[in-house]
Amino acid sequence: MNINATLFGEAVWFGVFIWITMKYVWPPLQKAIADRQALIADGLAAGERGRHELELASKRSADSLREAKVKSAEIVVAAEKRALQVIEEAKLAAKVEADKVVASAQAEIAQQVEQARAELRGKVADLAVAGAERILKREVDAKGHAEMLAALQQEL
Amino acid sequence: MASGEALTTSAYIVHHLTNNTVGEGFWTLHLDTLFVSGIIGLVAFLGMAKVAKQASSGVPGPLQSFIEILVSFVDQQVKDTYHGRSPLVTPLAITIFVWVFLMNAMDLIPVDFLPLILGVFGIHYLKVVPTTDPNLTFAMSLSVFTIMIVMGIKVKGAGGFFHEVVAVPFGIKLAPVNILFRVIEDIAKPISLSLRLFGNMYAGEMVFILIALLGVWQLPLALPWALFHILIITLQAFVFMMLTIVYLSMASESHG
Repeated sequence: MNINATLFGEAVWFGVFIWITMKYVWPPLQKAIADRQALIADGLAAGERGRHELELASKRSADSLREAKVKSAEIVVAAEKRALQVIEEAKLAAKVEADKVVASAQAEIAQQVEQARAELRGKVADLAVAGAERILKREVDAKGHAEMLAALQQEL
Repeated sequence: MASGEALTTSAYIVHHLTNNTVGEGFWTLHLDTLFVSGIIGLVAFLGMAKVAKQASSGVPGPLQSFIEILVSFVDQQVKDTYHGRSPLVTPLAITIFVWVFLMNAMDLIPVDFLPLILGVFGIHYLKVVPTTDPNLTFAMSLSVFTIMIVMGIKVKGAGGFFHEVVAVPFGIKLAPVNILFRVIEDIAKPISLSLRLFGNMYAGEMVFILIALLGVWQLPLALPWALFHILIITLQAFVFMMLTIVYLSMASESHG
């Protein structure tokens, strides 16, 4: 065990290696490790956030689905109601129309009856005149009686 | 038996524990220690620097992952123990752990392997495990000691530091006792730090050499000892790093 100048040589080596480690080994590695840790932490946080958002979105979609169901049920009910109403209205309109048709038909019938009656009246008068003419042909002046009969006809 | 001479058992052991030296007296340099530790350190730290330069915060490659795991492990130890804020402590701990571990790991190379290869090139002495050289362990522990003192003065200020030396633990009235205690405590730190590592690795290397002497029977013994030694290699690197962190943490925390 002899101590000699090798001591100084080894101290120099030691110093050189400490310097290399301190300047070129430790800082870049420390930075790389710290950066990676930050990266991993960010990734985990992003994953957590994504999961949370997914949860919210599924909740939202379930909500809107439920809402849509309710709304569609409402629409169906309204449509049924409207259909009933339309049917009612149509029934009413048809009835009105039918009444109108019936009324006009009755009016026409009445008119025709009136016309036929008037015709008949004329014909009865003619017939009566013809009958009377035949009866009275022999003795009565046709002209004088015709005037009287026309006046009679007007009175009817 | 790199030199190719006929060697006795003790000569073989001594040969394996002799450094390749240049110079005389105190100004002797252990070339093998300097070269092996330097090459290991340069390869390891320049390699790590290269990986760190290309490090991305995206998906890391296998090498980057490995280095990140290693570095994060050391950083965690530092964070658990050292509560001050210093940009030096974590790199220092990383350097110690990686360097000591790799130098200790040279122990796992069979004892005659590298000396035999280098013997071909005319280099006859090689002590391949740098941590079995007390020069290296003392160089590290004294560097740590210096950093510790400097950090103490920097954190507490010169006044605070010397007040602590004089007045802790028994108060200002017993200043001589306090100073004595402090000096003993502080001297014990680098000595225990370096001798622990040196002793463990030296003894482990010694056992490998003794096993290598057994001839045919070395294989069934060398393997379990090597497996067991992996534990010691890692443990000693960890202990050196951990104690350094603890000492620095003590230096930067006030004791009243």
